[in-house]
Amino acid sequence: MMYGWLWRHLPGPTLVRVLISLVLLAAVVAACFAWLYPAIAPHMPFNETTVGE
Amino acid sequence: MTETPARPRRQSSRGARIAYGVVGVVGELLITLGVLLFGFLVWQLWWTDVQGNRAQAEVVRELVRETPPAPTAGATDSVKIAEPRHDAPPVLEEQSHATTFATMQVPRWDGEPERPISEGTDRATVLDVLGVGHYEGTAMPGDVGNFAVAGHRTTYAKPFNRVAELKKGDPVVVRTSTLDGSAGTDTWYVYRVVSTQIVAPTDVQVIAPVPNEPDEQPTKRMMTMTTCHPMFSARERYIVHLELDYWAPVSSGTPAELVGSTTAKGR
Repeated sequence: MMYGWLWRHLPGPTLVRVLISLVLLAAVVAACFAWLYPAIAPHMPFNETTVGE
Repeated sequence: MTETPARPRRQSSRGARIAYGVVGVVGELLITLGVLLFGFLVWQLWWTDVQGNRAQAEVVRELVRETPPAPTAGATDSVKIAEPRHDAPPVLEEQSHATTFATMQVPRWDGEPERPISEGTDRATVLDVLGVGHYEGTAMPGDVGNFAVAGHRTTYAKPFNRVAELKKGDPVVVRTSTLDGSAGTDTWYVYRVVSTQIVAPTDVQVIAPVPNEPDEQPTKRMMTMTTCHPMFSARERYIVHLELDYWAPVSSGTPAELVGSTTAKGR
């Protein structure tokens, strides 16, 4: 659905679309590694390591 | 027979198309969420190690410190072995927050790099980025009392990943670095494991000056390592208590404990 819509709106032949998709995917992964995951990591239950002393 | 179902089918096919559309989008969102969560695991369990190891190796490399002397000409050993000393060792003053003042090496953990030890135990400024953290207010290396440190077990370069391999009598070598202007001299402190225990995160008496005896006056030179337990969880803490075996100035040589670990495999 969403991805189908994205696929239909990508320009060019299949090979170009595949390449653009891979670039987009890489960008999303990079953004997650750089900002999203570090931001949510402190809120994960297994990361509650400090006790008040 | 053929006409009657034709109408409702056309109606239901339009309704069905919308319903399928919604289900399809929700399904794709859920799949995306699953992939993102998997990505989080990859980041937490792998990428934080890659980054942490890189950063911690850099911290150790940038430490301004004395180099142990090379062996005298004609000696058979590859390095000069430091003479163990059992008198009162020099003790570094407690440093400011997030300052790296020492490193530690564990011969039992063959293949693990030398880890920096920095002041403080909060995650954002010390444990996640600098490796091993020194509990503020506890003794400094070599001092009477309890030199207590914390490190991650499974993430952020996991300096204490192999803590459960430590056995009674195993050496842990702490090396202070003072050449950046701190008062003191670069010193090796060789601690040996005396006991291990698993406690609840709230059992903070394990880092008391006399471990587990918060009201006692310390007479021994102890060290305590704390990390998470079980692995991939923060439900409990794995604790290793050590006592100072001997110390030696870095300028006098290298502790024998470290020579075996760098040259002989499988010790």
